[in-house]
Amino acid sequence: MTLESSAVKLVGDGGDPSGATASPPGARPPDETRPRSSPWRLRLSLWDTKLSPYLYVSPFFLLFALVGMFPLLYTAYVSVHEWGLLGGQGDFIGLENYARVVEDRYFWNALRNTVSIFVLSSIPQVVIALVLAGLLDTQLRASTLWRMSVLIPFVVAPAAVALIFGNVFGDRYGLVNEALQGIGLEPIRWHVDTLASHLAIASMVNWRWTGYNALIFLAAMQAVPRELYESAAIDGAGRVRQFLSVTLPMIRPTLLFVVIMSTIGGLQIFAEPRLFDTQGLGGSDRQYQTLTMYLWELGWRVRDLGMASAVAWLLFLIIIVFALVNLAVSRRVGSLGGRR
Amino acid sequence: MNRRPGFLVYGLLLAFVLGSCAPLYWSFLVGSHSRDVLTKRVPPLLPGGHFFENAQRAFDAVPFWKALGNSLLVSTTVATSVVFFSTLAGYAFAKLAFRGRTPLLVFVVATLAVPTQLGVIPLFIVMAKLGWVGSMWALIVPGMVTAFGVFFMRQYLVDAVPDELIEAARVDGCSMLRTFWTVAVPAARPAAAILWLFTFMATWTDFFWPLIVLPASNPTVQIALQQLQSGYYVDYSLVLAGAAVSTVPLLLLFVLTGRQLVAGIMQGAVKG
Repeated sequence: MTLESSAVKLVGDGGDPSGATASPPGARPPDETRPRSSPWRLRLSLWDTKLSPYLYVSPFFLLFALVGMFPLLYTAYVSVHEWGLLGGQGDFIGLENYARVVEDRYFWNALRNTVSIFVLSSIPQVVIALVLAGLLDTQLRASTLWRMSVLIPFVVAPAAVALIFGNVFGDRYGLVNEALQGIGLEPIRWHVDTLASHLAIASMVNWRWTGYNALIFLAAMQAVPRELYESAAIDGAGRVRQFLSVTLPMIRPTLLFVVIMSTIGGLQIFAEPRLFDTQGLGGSDRQYQTLTMYLWELGWRVRDLGMASAVAWLLFLIIIVFALVNLAVSRRVGSLGGRR
Repeated sequence: MNRRPGFLVYGLLLAFVLGSCAPLYWSFLVGSHSRDVLTKRVPPLLPGGHFFENAQRAFDAVPFWKALGNSLLVSTTVATSVVFFSTLAGYAFAKLAFRGRTPLLVFVVATLAVPTQLGVIPLFIVMAKLGWVGSMWALIVPGMVTAFGVFFMRQYLVDAVPDELIEAARVDGCSMLRTFWTVAVPAARPAAAILWLFTFMATWTDFFWPLIVLPASNPTVQIALQQLQSGYYVDYSLVLAGAAVSTVPLLLLFVLTGRQLVAGIMQGAVKG
């Protein structure tokens, strides 16, 4: 930080002398030197005013174009070519990569798994986060401490979360299974059964993000005018009713925001399922191989970057579709709560 | 209206917080016992005395120190770069008049939702061409700017810097850059700190891209963790000791800056 700061400081100081020579206008009576230097200075200042904004935004746009937009667009170019990881660019083959992906049953398997894990993680997460935010939106003692406490899981990296939960949900000697057997139930094969593995992986996502989302909801809830609750209470609405009829409709924009962001993030899930077991291929029968894992496998195991690019673009489209559908659904849910 | 919470609210919150801490504690618990602890029917509730021994084995098994250094270097550089470029651009968008400002800002907002992570394949091809695969450059350069950062700083600076102050500085003969440096930068500090923290954490915890471009010999912390559990037999005392150790840096950061993190999220920081 200091390096860059001092660099700016230097440049700023360099520009200083020219600024310092500009004495306040009207402070001195016009003399010989002023009319001579003034037009030049004026023009310089004008250029400064006009060009500086572009100068300030251009580093972002240049870099973003290079490392953000260009790769995304170039993915489309790679996806219509034969393109090996080692061999590089091959022939133009049109949509053949896409056809091969769509015909691959592992693609559909990965899509099913991704959606399943996404549903299992996003719905409980949003619901629990809403309740948690409702609990935090009271006059708590030591409120900052409570807010910080719910954020603790956020500092644990997904990779570490996956290792910990991989152990907790161990098929043999796992904490959950030991507990199940302790109360006389059958152990669950978390790494074998498809749905069970999805539940275990979804619980990692839920654990890490619920508190985070609760804080976003809390911020929105605190902006709800308290008079609304008072008048609702006068109308005889209890706590739960107030939550459903006042709070939820009022924070709808935030709800939409959280749902969209977790859609974009959730459909790209990678670290959690990848590190759920030691092989990293999504289970012996790919029970929990997600789309991003499938992309990785095609690109860096099968070494077919063309096909992997086709998956990237398909995933991109899937994310857009899901985001739009979720937008529509959460709009409905939000307005249902507001209905009396 | 009386909204002072009762025991039920505190009880539920406490249960949630305990649930939030439990997996971390479990990681430390298993990591502090010898490897046969998991075969016992009833797991111990108190830590054992083998934590440093297990952590040492983890450090011997993979290049953990190197990974810590790499993660620190990459996360610090990326966070600093993002804050620098975002403040510069955010200030221009918030306070300076220029042709094309609105469409450019719309572009920034539109790209907020674009999953740029899906551009990994061309990014990899480019990194291979540049010879950066395996080096930290491959992690630093693609992370140097984010659309979110620009938007976040813009939103903050719109209200934080009064237009009158900028005008006053200009009338006094300050150049544009000097005005930025003396007026905008001091005002931007709180938001800059928050952006720095979130970018640091997002970079530190990133897994997908580092897995693609880094070799086993030159990992970040997350990639080192992945190496800990490769193979058919998993020694969980070692793995979970490693997981616990890997969390310590961010946990420290959290203890020091948790207040700002909470404030940042509540101000509308989104998943980075």
